Amino acid sequence: MAAKPHRLLPGFGLALGYTLVYLSLLILLPLGGLVLKSAELGFGQILDIALGERSLAAFRVTFGASFLAAAINAFFGLIVAWVLVRYPFPGKRFVDALVDLPFALPTAVAGITLATLYAGNGWLGRHIEPLGIKVAYTPLGIVVALTFITLPFVVRTLQPVIEDIETEVEEAAASLGASRWQTFVKVIFPAIFPALLTGFALAFARAVGEYGSVIFIAGNLPLISEITPLLIISKLEQYDVLGATALAVVMLGLSFVLLLAVNLLQWWTANRHNNAEPLEVAAGKASGVST
Amino acid sequence: MSANKLTRATQEPVWVRYGLMTIGLGFLFFFLGLPLVAVFVEALAQGLPLYLEALAEPETRSAIWLTIVIALAVLPFNILFGVAAAWAIAKFDFKGKSLLITLIDLPFAVSPVVAGLIFILLFGSQGTFGPWLAAHDVKIIFAVPGMILATLFITFPFIARELIPLMQAQGKDEEEAAVSLGASGWQMFWRVTLPNIKWGLLYGVILANARAMGEFGAVSVVSGHIRGETNTLPLHVEILYNEYNAIGAFAAASILALLALVTLVAKTIVEWRMKKETEMLNTVLAPEKT
Repeated sequence: MAAKPHRLLPGFGLALGYTLVYLSLLILLPLGGLVLKSAELGFGQILDIALGERSLAAFRVTFGASFLAAAINAFFGLIVAWVLVRYPFPGKRFVDALVDLPFALPTAVAGITLATLYAGNGWLGRHIEPLGIKVAYTPLGIVVALTFITLPFVVRTLQPVIEDIETEVEEAAASLGASRWQTFVKVIFPAIFPALLTGFALAFARAVGEYGSVIFIAGNLPLISEITPLLIISKLEQYDVLGATALAVVMLGLSFVLLLAVNLLQWWTANRHNNAEPLEVAAGKASGVST
Repeated sequence: MSANKLTRATQEPVWVRYGLMTIGLGFLFFFLGLPLVAVFVEALAQGLPLYLEALAEPETRSAIWLTIVIALAVLPFNILFGVAAAWAIAKFDFKGKSLLITLIDLPFAVSPVVAGLIFILLFGSQGTFGPWLAAHDVKIIFAVPGMILATLFITFPFIARELIPLMQAQGKDEEEAAVSLGASGWQMFWRVTLPNIKWGLLYGVILANARAMGEFGAVSVVSGHIRGETNTLPLHVEILYNEYNAIGAFAAASILALLALVTLVAKTIVEWRMKKETEMLNTVLAPEKT
């Protein structure tokens, strides 16, 4: 190993030391406490609690609704990001700023407002319920709340990537005879796909842990519209600390897997960007070599 | 090939453009615009006098006050940590740096409810330090200190996340120049580093503040919901709503919605300033490059 590099700038020891101590005390120690507490139960018992009828239903509702919400946002978020980057229209800056509203609006406010809008006598519920679609106080309400909460993720991860697409590439595709749709499918979509996936994963990860906005609109019926974070709280309120801990540790493990996936995706995106892989792939395809 | 034909080939047909705009903006209208308008309409549904009366309730006022107190208690810690972490990560090389960056992001991946629970496990009456705290008559859980801890956990990454990429992009030339010209560490920090990062820092503070004032799940778990004592504004919204006091709930909610709007405006202004400064920097640097 090389000799210790000479550091001209001061404050490295102090800054890193403070960072590590603060991180350990506030984040790592408390999370470690949770894992330690769950060790009292043992692996088998944690699984028993997590796979109980009510917990399993809660996990299914939580992950199912989160997946749907992230998918809805992937679809509409792509359109919104495209419209915001490519098309001029009056009030665009206002609309662009408004996209961040779910990050700025407290979740409880979102929860009571969406519940009121979609209730049987609400602005939207009044028109939807006669069609036989009940949103408020059903699992569908959870999807609506999570869609609102995670709306900015896909739009915000896609916008810079769409801005970065050079129009020359599209012009080249067009002058080689590609239709607009072919250009989108073969040139534009592959370039933005990793970012789309990252946005989807970020939205999904956020949705899985969400509590504040969901409880107002969900109805919270056990086995039907009860999400895992709510089940943790109700176990806590019944002084079933170990039960709550078991569910929390499972949630934590799943969150870590998601965080890892997001990191890998971002790494993949960055690498693709640097290596100009699409050209190689295209060349490979043209010469008939599978890559 | 005529330019007109090329433009047509690199742009969508008119009907597709209008179709996409209708779908995209319609989606935003139903999911963002309508809820935002609805908060204020519901709050003012029974007229302005009743709205103001609802806001003047002592419990609502104490909830507003506690929300501000918690934000003020949390932000200095966030600023100190954000600057320290960004200084170490952006200006120096050391082993395990990427692991450290991942760990800083960790609270984003943890459900707010779990964030509240971990502090109950530590400081609750059944918790690790519970008996000791009880013997010394210190209350953390179901009291304001626990709510501050939970909020600290939730808002932990915000400022560091903004500052790390900013300071990495700025490099360390300016600071090194200051030090070699004889500036002390603090002089360098106040005169060189801080002016360079002030907009990024403000941006992080705006985001952290919005989250601190609006946090619900984590704070709800540790607060104990003692009215007039451990109720922040978001928790108070829940209580009023569950009591079918729609006017009161939406009046309190409208304050938070106003806060969200102020946040968005401030954020947009700061973004605009940062963009302008990078552009200025680029035009200054451009002649050197060529």
